[in-house]
Amino acid sequence: MLDYMGIINLNDREDNIKELTYHRPIASIPIAGRYRMIDFALSNLVNAGIQNISIFTQSKYRSLLDHLGTGKAWDLDRKNDGLFIMTPVINNYSIGIRRGDIENFKNHIDYIYLSKQNNVIVTSTGMVCNLNYRDAIKEHDETGADITIVYKKAENCNVDFQYCHALTFNEKGRITEVSLNQGKESLCNISMDMFILKKSLFLDIVNTCVSRGDVGYFRQAVHNSLDKLNIRGYEFKGYLSCVNSIYSYFKTSMQLLDLETSKELFFKNGLIYTKVKDEPPTKYKENARVTHSLVANGCIIDGEVENSIIFRSVKIKKGAVVRNCIIMQNCDIGENVLLRNVILDKSVKITEDKQLKGDVNYPIVIEKKAII
Amino acid sequence: MRKKEWIAMILAGGQGSRLTLLTKKIAKPAVYFGGKYRIIDFVLSNCSNSGIDTVGVLTQYQPLVLNSYIGIGSPWDLDRKNGGVTVLPPYVDDKGGEWYKGTANAIYQNINFIDAHDPDYVVVLSGDHIYKMDYSKMLDFHKEKAADVSIAVIEVPWEETRRFGIMNTNPDGSIYEFDEKPKNAKSNLASMGIYIFNWEVLRKYLVEDEADPNSSNDFGKNVIPRMLGDGIKLYAYPFEGYWKDVGTIESLWEANMDLLKEDNRLNLFDPKWKIYSVNPIRPPHYTGDTAVITNSMVGEGCVIYGEVRNSVLFPGVQVGRNTKVIDTVVMPKVLIGDNVTIERAIIGLESVIKDNCRIGDGKSKAITLVGENEQLSEGASYNG
Repeated sequence: MLDYMGIINLNDREDNIKELTYHRPIASIPIAGRYRMIDFALSNLVNAGIQNISIFTQSKYRSLLDHLGTGKAWDLDRKNDGLFIMTPVINNYSIGIRRGDIENFKNHIDYIYLSKQNNVIVTSTGMVCNLNYRDAIKEHDETGADITIVYKKAENCNVDFQYCHALTFNEKGRITEVSLNQGKESLCNISMDMFILKKSLFLDIVNTCVSRGDVGYFRQAVHNSLDKLNIRGYEFKGYLSCVNSIYSYFKTSMQLLDLETSKELFFKNGLIYTKVKDEPPTKYKENARVTHSLVANGCIIDGEVENSIIFRSVKIKKGAVVRNCIIMQNCDIGENVLLRNVILDKSVKITEDKQLKGDVNYPIVIEKKAII
Repeated sequence: MRKKEWIAMILAGGQGSRLTLLTKKIAKPAVYFGGKYRIIDFVLSNCSNSGIDTVGVLTQYQPLVLNSYIGIGSPWDLDRKNGGVTVLPPYVDDKGGEWYKGTANAIYQNINFIDAHDPDYVVVLSGDHIYKMDYSKMLDFHKEKAADVSIAVIEVPWEETRRFGIMNTNPDGSIYEFDEKPKNAKSNLASMGIYIFNWEVLRKYLVEDEADPNSSNDFGKNVIPRMLGDGIKLYAYPFEGYWKDVGTIESLWEANMDLLKEDNRLNLFDPKWKIYSVNPIRPPHYTGDTAVITNSMVGEGCVIYGEVRNSVLFPGVQVGRNTKVIDTVVMPKVLIGDNVTIERAIIGLESVIKDNCRIGDGKSKAITLVGENEQLSEGASYNG
């Protein structure tokens, strides 16, 4: 077994994806018809053989707890180790420390101390990819780096990967600079916010931050240590997308309609697991016409759907036309409704004859449980 | 062990020989149905939804797939601290051992299992029927009538009565006579093979039946008639709703097609009575730019470029371009190439149908069956 534990750190920026994160963290945004964002991070860790995984949440974790349950869907309902969820602790001592993930790590530091594994992978949940950590760990061991950051040589950085971090390497492969991608260059080494390091070093970083009280975020602490520590990169060459805005969420979803992309994402280095809902197969009725779309189980479709992602248990009535849309779980679309470039959050009901049109670059987002 | 009010015993050892190729390697309860399920999912889900938390599954014929499928029962919420699901194959003891000789003998051989739970009532069920039923309502009926035995019955068309075990009842629902496959039926109430017994009564009769060398140890043939003769209180519990015993290729095909009907009475979409199953780990299904899918059911992970009409597709099926799949049941992971036409057929698990094949001639009423793991080479034509 791998001598690694996994830490999934939920501190992604939500400023540009507010409409989908009123009630939930980015980690539990529904994606690809039946998954939630965190399924990628979790499954990648599980597929590498890691079975001690903790999730450090910030607030708004109810939907996440509901999704994760005992961790059974990821085979993490284990006697030894398994899945741990670390919610923020409110106590009097925390006054004076700036808000950030360091505080949460500090409050749950006993768990990290007591874990048997000697190494740790720290990851966030905004990156959509199917990654083989074993290769990354192998390279980490070979180079003898203190910390290895997984990154991708990405094109189109002037449009995509906004507000991700870009890495600069010297000729020996050490990271010398980390900067925020502000869309000025198209070719960048985008940090995937995945860190491989010894547990002792991780604890050291957390404790140092706490005692000095100057740095609130683990990522920031790593970026500040470029001159002191041997920090290197592992290049990931597969499909990568970062979901941190409505624009990127919509774009990523539409990319999954490319069969080669979704094949890679859902099968390549292992399967992506998620909570099961025991829905029956989807039923297509007499007037259904569905093309170039992903459709999950439990739907009843009698309308026209094109270029869209339909989540579980969606009903689309006769005469309705759905184009370039993302329709989340339990939505109900009435007769003769027209939707174009629209994201419907869960359990939205659109009554008959309504028309909603957004722009490709600026889709309309309808809030959870809305009735229109 | 903690005392249980009631437990269920599911008879799942039948071969279902008339399902021919489909039951070569699996028992009938393990046969696929409805675009996602195996037949036994229905009875297991009924138990779970009715609040039965202790279930014995009696296996005999080709048990490997069924055993591993049931596992510890977690898909049906039957992985419980007390009780849960237990697979009960035939076994040997110091006096030797034998196969399950009949339905009653199968229960008799597991008296120890039932005694260990010390139940008041034992529900005996068949693992190869498709229906949704709340057994707790039947138990209420059983208690209300102060019955020793309750047998669920369903009205069948009079002309089909000769295929069933028919219950002749008094106006209060008590049974006075049992007709096995009668030529001239007096009633059209057919036994559904669903029994609730007071365990004390059943236990006594099982022991007596076992001691009778002339008995074929069958509930319908021996135990029930003997009980009737002795004046035991048997009641018929009337059931209304969808119920199907899929004994043949035709009826299996029909049952799948029933799901596509507008007035279909087997509602799989009811969130209050879900049919649980082992869920495949696959992304949603993908419909290509040329796909046409109407009046069909499609499972997860399918990739469809062709035309699918009036068909049931299980998870992981691929349908190529210019291909037509009509009035057909396609079981999991079947790969269908381009320019293929399939009409009125059942395609077994993981079969591969290469380009330009033709299955079913589109004229005859017969159902063409392609077995499991078959490879149909390019341009082949096949009628069954």
